[in-house]
Amino acid sequence: MTLRREFLSDPEDGMTAGREPKYRLRLYIAGNSPRSRRAVKVLRKLAATRLQAEAVELEIIDIYQETDRARQDQVIGVPTLIRELPEPLRRLLGDLSDERRVLMALDLDEDDEPEA
Amino acid sequence: MTKPPRLLSVPATHDATNRSIPKAPTGIAGFDEIAGGGVPRGRPTLVCGAAGCGKTLFSLEFLVRGALEFGEPGVLVSFEETPAEIAANVRSIGFDVTTLLEQGMLAADYMQIDAGLVRTGAFDLEGLFARIDDAVQRVGAKRLVLDTLEVLFAGIGDDGLVRSELARLFRWTKERGLTTVLTGERGTMSLTRHGLEEYVSDCVVLLEHEIVDRASSRRLRLLKYRGTSHGTDEYPFLIDEYGFSVLPITEMSFDVEAPEERISTGVADLDKLFGGGGGIYRGSGVLISGSSGTGKSTLAAHFAAAACARDEHVLVFGFEESPQQTIRNMRSVGLDLAPYVADGRLTFEARRPARQGLDNHLVRMQRLVEQFHPKLVVVDPISALLHAGSELDARAAVVRLSDHLKARAITAVFTSLGSGEQQQDGAHVYVSSIMDTWIDLRGIESNGERNRGLHILKARGMKHSNQIREFVLGDDGVSLLEPVPGAIGLTGSARIEHAAELRAKRLLRDREIQTAKDALERRRRALESQKENLVAEFEAEENKLRAMIAEAELLAAEDDRTRRLVAEHVAAPGDKKSP
Repeated sequence: MTLRREFLSDPEDGMTAGREPKYRLRLYIAGNSPRSRRAVKVLRKLAATRLQAEAVELEIIDIYQETDRARQDQVIGVPTLIRELPEPLRRLLGDLSDERRVLMALDLDEDDEPEA
Repeated sequence: MTKPPRLLSVPATHDATNRSIPKAPTGIAGFDEIAGGGVPRGRPTLVCGAAGCGKTLFSLEFLVRGALEFGEPGVLVSFEETPAEIAANVRSIGFDVTTLLEQGMLAADYMQIDAGLVRTGAFDLEGLFARIDDAVQRVGAKRLVLDTLEVLFAGIGDDGLVRSELARLFRWTKERGLTTVLTGERGTMSLTRHGLEEYVSDCVVLLEHEIVDRASSRRLRLLKYRGTSHGTDEYPFLIDEYGFSVLPITEMSFDVEAPEERISTGVADLDKLFGGGGGIYRGSGVLISGSSGTGKSTLAAHFAAAACARDEHVLVFGFEESPQQTIRNMRSVGLDLAPYVADGRLTFEARRPARQGLDNHLVRMQRLVEQFHPKLVVVDPISALLHAGSELDARAAVVRLSDHLKARAITAVFTSLGSGEQQQDGAHVYVSSIMDTWIDLRGIESNGERNRGLHILKARGMKHSNQIREFVLGDDGVSLLEPVPGAIGLTGSARIEHAAELRAKRLLRDREIQTAKDALERRRRALESQKENLVAEFEAEENKLRAMIAEAELLAAEDDRTRRLVAEHVAAPGDKKSP
């Protein structure tokens, strides 16, 4: 099954419009569960601290609200973070609590200090 | 859209009513009978077995028939194949999954597990739940299939998590009353590789597939079935162009009605040999045994033709001849089966016995019986089934088939190679004990000839002749010759000679009788004429004598008168009255 690369909803934390963003991320969560909330918090913090200089398109999708998209993206484990851009596509399964892994998956160096 | 052929189910013959939980019928031929009506309703059933054993097909058939025949929409959750692949696989057995999906009777979701996922922390399988729930709601599903959960374990790689999520899933399905079938792969240490049986306490179906003597043999077993009674045997099953067919082995109950009606054997002379001259009982089993060339197939064909003539459907299972051969051979004795084949009253099914396993033959035969609803079934010869399996299996197979036919009041005609009491072939050692009627054909050798004799060895429920009658294949079928008095047992040319002798003797006797009669007549006539002469003589004499008597009497009378006169006259002169 091929992954569809169209956006159906506006990026939630839209930064810059018009250009292709550097990061296009989709986080699938399950309603308001603690795990889901944690993942959202981590991701937002990450975006705020490490990616604020970049154009980031972030979608947060509730699997109950938009089950069709979950199906299309073959989401089984939740939370799932899909990094569509930059390529290659990466899928991250889990609540993002393992910071090292998350950074690696986003091609961010662990040791990079956030820009002050 | 073509529906897969609907097969009639035999009503459950074992007690599945008490203590039984409600069942959802699968519609799979034979399964519902052995499972007390189907799989447990609203609960999960595990179908496990090695790769290629038929689990996916079983679960699909459960789903498709649920939608088509029982009005229960279903959801297919597949971990291995896409819906398109599955639809293509089952199209060959008449299941049109695509149309069912379009119509909203079925929903399908292919769960592709990406094993290369980077793990970033804790997670659960809520995505699975959400998608299943969505599909269930969309079609109003009552049935769910999960095929195959092993892939989920392999892909997620966290067995503990998967197990706890599955436990959660099955609580969820039970709450929603979804009748669920999950497939699992056979493990070495445990029943399934990942111990799925722990979650499924209600019903476990085990499918096994062996190659026995180069023929495939498939068996189904119900391992756990709490809350209901079920057969505990292994049941052979078949997967072919009609789908999944299970063969209940020992579910025959003896609670079957025995018809009173008598039907013709197709040979009028033979009908007369059965008590009262009515032929055999409808629904009974007839065994025709005999060595090669004694005419068993021909006699069996007469039974078939008689049934066709009664407008009944006949199914002939042949293992030795092709239908064309049979029709040609029967024509030579004046039996034309072709019109019956043409109008559908007679159906031939010919197979080489070794081509399929014994169980496959049985399932195929039973399924064809269900499909065509014949009133009479011929198996020619039943001893051929021995070649398809071991003797023990063949025995069981014949019993099963016979029971199956009896339960439907279908008359069974089985031919068997081997002569009556010699039991060389072995097939009819046990077959004969379950058959109601046993006709043995034997070659009778005498005078350098071999003629055919027919002997009824047994006929349950009625009187029968115990003579061996000569049995002749003529231009208009089979006939039995009358026994010759004084020389019962002669056949062939000896019989013809004897008959001629008898005729000659009889002629001779007749002539003697005639001669004697003639002599008598002549004597009588001679006597008659003598009598006449005597009478005439007598009459003449009589007249003469009578004349003489008359004359004498006259003279006598004259004399008397004269005497009287004289007496009177004498008295007058003697009168003393003088002066």
